[in-house]
Amino acid sequence: MASETRDDRRERAAISFSLNDPTVRATVYQILVIGAVVALGWYLISNTLDNLSRRAIATGFGFLGREASFGISEHLIDYSPRDDYGRALLVGVLNTLKVSFIGVILATLLGTVVGIARLSSNWLVARMAGVYVETVRNIPPLLQLFFWYALITESMPPVRQALNPIPGVFLSQRGVWFPTPMPDPVWSTMGIALLVGIVAAWGVARWAKARQDRTGQPFPKGLVGVGLILGLPLIAYVAGGAPTALDMPVLQGFNFRGGMVLSPEFFAILIGLVVYTAAFIAEVVRGGILAVNWGQTEAARALGLPQGRTLRLVVLPQALRVIVPPLTSQYLNLTKNSSLALAIGYPDLVSIANTAINQTGQAIEGVAIIMGTYLSISLTISLFMNWYNKRIALVER
Amino acid sequence: MKAGFFAAAAAAMTLVAAGGAQAGATLDAIKARGFVQCGVNSGLAGFGSPDSAGNWTGLDVDYCRAVAVTLFGDPSKVKFTPLSAQQRFPAVQSGEVDLLSRNTTWTLTRDTSVGLNFAPVTYYDGQGFMVPKKLGVKSAKELNGATVCVQSGTTTELNLADYFRANGMSFNPVVIESIDEVNAAYFAGRCDVYTTDASGLAGTRASVAPNPDDHVILPELISKEPLAPAVRHGDDQWFDIVKWTVYATIQAEEKGITSKNVDEFLKSKDPDVLRLLGVTPGMGAALGVDEKWAYNVIKKVGNYGEIFEKNVGKNTPLKLERGLNALWTQGGLQYAAPFR
Repeated sequence: MASETRDDRRERAAISFSLNDPTVRATVYQILVIGAVVALGWYLISNTLDNLSRRAIATGFGFLGREASFGISEHLIDYSPRDDYGRALLVGVLNTLKVSFIGVILATLLGTVVGIARLSSNWLVARMAGVYVETVRNIPPLLQLFFWYALITESMPPVRQALNPIPGVFLSQRGVWFPTPMPDPVWSTMGIALLVGIVAAWGVARWAKARQDRTGQPFPKGLVGVGLILGLPLIAYVAGGAPTALDMPVLQGFNFRGGMVLSPEFFAILIGLVVYTAAFIAEVVRGGILAVNWGQTEAARALGLPQGRTLRLVVLPQALRVIVPPLTSQYLNLTKNSSLALAIGYPDLVSIANTAINQTGQAIEGVAIIMGTYLSISLTISLFMNWYNKRIALVER
Repeated sequence: MKAGFFAAAAAAMTLVAAGGAQAGATLDAIKARGFVQCGVNSGLAGFGSPDSAGNWTGLDVDYCRAVAVTLFGDPSKVKFTPLSAQQRFPAVQSGEVDLLSRNTTWTLTRDTSVGLNFAPVTYYDGQGFMVPKKLGVKSAKELNGATVCVQSGTTTELNLADYFRANGMSFNPVVIESIDEVNAAYFAGRCDVYTTDASGLAGTRASVAPNPDDHVILPELISKEPLAPAVRHGDDQWFDIVKWTVYATIQAEEKGITSKNVDEFLKSKDPDVLRLLGVTPGMGAALGVDEKWAYNVIKKVGNYGEIFEKNVGKNTPLKLERGLNALWTQGGLQYAAPFR
């Protein structure tokens, strides 16, 4: 007869399972939806496999071990038609990474310069940057790639009349040849010296900053850093005997032999992607700079900082917080747009995977490999940029 | 409202289930649709290309029309889908096109793991090389170190690598997807050599080259390229219809029946001819089509010789000889199975 104690009510709630309870309802619905999604996925996959086997189309990733039998013109690792499809796809992935990595660096540099130029007080500079951005943004990237490829192949001379501006460097419509140094142990020593120089330069910069925070004394850490990065490898070179033997390209038969070549396909896709993405990055940078309160620039000027230092020390660090997230998107766009290489003959991952799909007939596995690779590359870029973003985030106190 | 959402989801899944379960009934789908969906080359002179008014012409295109005549009696009951070398196999595997008539080489891999069935060969071809005359090259064995333009996703790419490897030579491939871009790259001088089937070389030189006399096709044929129409696995009746349409054109030429004189042959005394033209019934019923199917094909499209001459013969810019494509009675390889 006494009213329920709290323990009694808790006990009753623990054993009652009622859809009137919002928590219970939410859990049940979520389980049902997850079940439906899993069931749909299972149905799609099993239906696809069933149809494929009914039409006797091969499935599975066994084709990666088969001989590829096709040639690839540019490969960072050794490759011949005797190698298997797995190695061919790896060559494609490396080519994609090569063009994406260099493209991201160049596009950032060009985009930042153009973005700042658009805000310049010089009327001509600002308008030219504006025209560049507006034109390039509005033309589809594939057309721009065709344009650059046609420009390079049609305007450069044929290989037998190659331009020779410096001894050893040849420019023709088949690409740019330049001499490479003959293999010698001094190059690996120089590589180690370069790494040591980079680490030393970074260490000096940190020490100099700490000293400046403490005592206010400036230190020419830029000059010293550059000196270390250039000087240590130079010392290693001289100490190693300063070898000057070069592998010069020589015209033999149809093409040049020897040295290293950068093909017109690589140039076309690099220039095309860089010019296209830089236009977008320019707008992102311009937006970031405009987002910084004008009061900051006024205060910096009042302190007597010149235009360059204002930008570098006051405006850009604050603008970076606004710039980095959209910049990540542009980097991902550049990486994915590199798949347009198929249209102009640069052997990137999509081009090689398409050939593999066509020769083996296994479209689903091939496309899955393409999707998986781009997903991995994109997630890596995003992870890195998000870490950087967190690092420079303004901590509200 | 939540119950309504679940009901809608269940209904959607049933629709998906219904769509997925019905596989392999290609012929039923074509009959219900009323026309044949044919995959052809996006632009290869003589085999599949649109003319300036947008009408499709070519040897492969004519065989698409012949199959449409077999099924529907009307050569216009066909829609063409232009396909690149990369797109053609997923298109026919997935059912986007019913018939792939796109100068496709019949190989073991395509017959098995790509999941295609090949009708009889409509053109026996081989892969060759084309070089500018000014290089002074007389034979394919002098091509060591050359840059070669090739379309991606073709047997051409593979044969090229095999040939150079077998002869101990090296080469630089320039592999581009679209045939127009490959042509542009070769004629701009990006490559020394252009390689594809010999018929394609003739067609490209005749139609695309700024000056056809500046280019020479080297004498070596480095591979066998039997070009045949293809359908996907899973529908034997459709495969038989396509196969026997091709044989009907070859058999007609063997018997001397052309689109002009086919009406006289209706009164022939040769039992073979009477069976072919449907005067003696039985062949059409066995295939599941009208008895006059072969008569219609010959009258509305032509026999093999007429199709050949109209598209790639001596009076066309390609100027190809019959060669291996002559009838077996004339020293070639075209041989139709008996109509009985």
